[in-house]
Amino acid sequence: MLIQRVFLSILAVVAVPAVLVVYMFLSEKGLIKSKRKSFTDRIRPLLWLLPALLLISGILIYPVINTVVLSFMSANSTEFVGLKNFAYIFAEKEMLIVLRNNALWVVFFTLLTVTLGLLIAVLTDRVKYESVAKAFIFLPMAISFVAAGVIWKFMYEFRPIGTPQIGTVNAILTGLISDFKPQAWLSNRSQNNWALIIVGVWMWTGFAMVILSAALKGIPYQLVEAARIDGANEFNIFFRIILPLMKNTVVVVTTTLVINVLKIFDIVYVMTNGNLGTEVIANRMYKEMFTYRNFGRASALAVLLLVVIIPVMLINIRRLKEGGARG
Amino acid sequence: MVKRKGTEIVKLIAARIPLHLVIIAITAIWFLPSLGLFISSFRPQHLILNTGWWKAFEWPLRFTLENYKRVLTTANMDRSFFNSLMIAVPSTVVPILIAAYAAYAFSWMKFRGRILLFLFIVGLLVVPIQMTLIPILRIYNKLGLTGTYVGIWIAHSAYGMPLSVYLLRNFIGELPGEMFESAFIDGASHFDIFFRLVLPTSVPAIASLSIFQFMWVWNDLLVALVYLGGTPDVAPMTVTISNLVNSYGGGWHLLTSAAFISMILPLIIFFSLQKYFVRGILAGSVKG
Repeated sequence: MLIQRVFLSILAVVAVPAVLVVYMFLSEKGLIKSKRKSFTDRIRPLLWLLPALLLISGILIYPVINTVVLSFMSANSTEFVGLKNFAYIFAEKEMLIVLRNNALWVVFFTLLTVTLGLLIAVLTDRVKYESVAKAFIFLPMAISFVAAGVIWKFMYEFRPIGTPQIGTVNAILTGLISDFKPQAWLSNRSQNNWALIIVGVWMWTGFAMVILSAALKGIPYQLVEAARIDGANEFNIFFRIILPLMKNTVVVVTTTLVINVLKIFDIVYVMTNGNLGTEVIANRMYKEMFTYRNFGRASALAVLLLVVIIPVMLINIRRLKEGGARG
Repeated sequence: MVKRKGTEIVKLIAARIPLHLVIIAITAIWFLPSLGLFISSFRPQHLILNTGWWKAFEWPLRFTLENYKRVLTTANMDRSFFNSLMIAVPSTVVPILIAAYAAYAFSWMKFRGRILLFLFIVGLLVVPIQMTLIPILRIYNKLGLTGTYVGIWIAHSAYGMPLSVYLLRNFIGELPGEMFESAFIDGASHFDIFFRLVLPTSVPAIASLSIFQFMWVWNDLLVALVYLGGTPDVAPMTVTISNLVNSYGGGWHLLTSAAFISMILPLIIFFSLQKYFVRGILAGSVKG
């Protein structure tokens, strides 16, 4: 059984590329033999693009169209229900909580991540061990959201008052503040969304930091030095000179983070499974699919994600075109 | 440099102490969570559950590999590690050649609608994976591809396609045109040029792209959950760990070691190929 699977994988890794090479070899051979040059010039690009186009049409284009159609259909996709699924999303109390949580994530995750990323980029720029410090901050980008979820569930672990706390957060807070009551961070409705957002910030700050740091290094040294000689303090230099020059990069980082956080799923799935008022769009969609079997609503949620992401992506692309992210 | 007196130098260094303290504090805070997990994974069960991980270094030291042994033998982590590899390697290798073909056509062949088609494919980057789940799941159910490696390979290959075509086109399109002209004059075919010139010179771009795609698939939960979720036999580590969290909420001896096992390979890649790794992550940050 195991051997068969290894064999299958090796087959995929070796045979698929081999087939692709043979395919192109034969295509080119056929094209070269053909006498009609105008015909070969037209058909050649198509042959080179064909495998990619097939994959994209089957796994991306067709499903997207189909999902849009399904979002106007009933739970089991048998009858047309118009905008009912969308009306449900924007009217039902449960769903409004979902939308609120996504809004919380978008605003506070993005704000915190960009601010911290910028702060760390600026600070580490002034020391010799910059690359080591940055590696530590970037490290969480390497691990999965699932592992991060486990790490932070352990950080937030709660034990009743009087027993030794094994969760780092409660242990530090009870140690520092004498009358602090240990908190069940992930169950308490007034805190749990914030607790989850912090996990996201911990993971993504390194991303913001690396891009912003590259842009920072692109700012001409003489400009900052000239301001210093004129007697400007570091605070003014940052807000009047450095930040305006980095504006485009900040926008690109912000939009990229917004696009990613809109689709956030894993952290919530692992840490609270969307219970106790922490559900977000992607988790709700998963639940509609597999728990409630309501494919109409699930599709409507997916369409909502797409509709919200498109404008953000357009801003991102425009800024990239202006060349702001090169730094 | 103007020569400074000793006391001035001391003052300058002293003025920088707060900066160092802030940076060291931030770095420590960022590292603390992973360190806690790592140390805990080697502590005996009753100690993890009753004392904080920072007490691990109190005498007598009691570290153990028991958690790893348990999680590998009883919680299916050995099979899941194997599955993660079996899923991630083909999902990384297969799409690259396909994307490179397309990128080559977009870069060095003239045809009508070339720019439009390219922009359309890049535009697909905005599509959240959620938009594709239901229709593909239905097709897979009909074809018997749910719960199989083949199904998830195809899905990941396609999901990686817009980004791969975009990145490789940017790279291949920047190669010097004279290189191609002289090759054509020497009578080389597109096939020769692609495999002898384009592919070998694109190795840096392919390296960054492969690392990104591999890490993306390795760390993915949603796609695996939807297409393989119901079949523990083929589940990768992310799915198995999230199931462990549900069933052993407080089983920290198992959860910490399981999470660390899933982190080993990404950490090795991170430390050994940092340059490509960072490049890949940055390039792929807007993917599906």
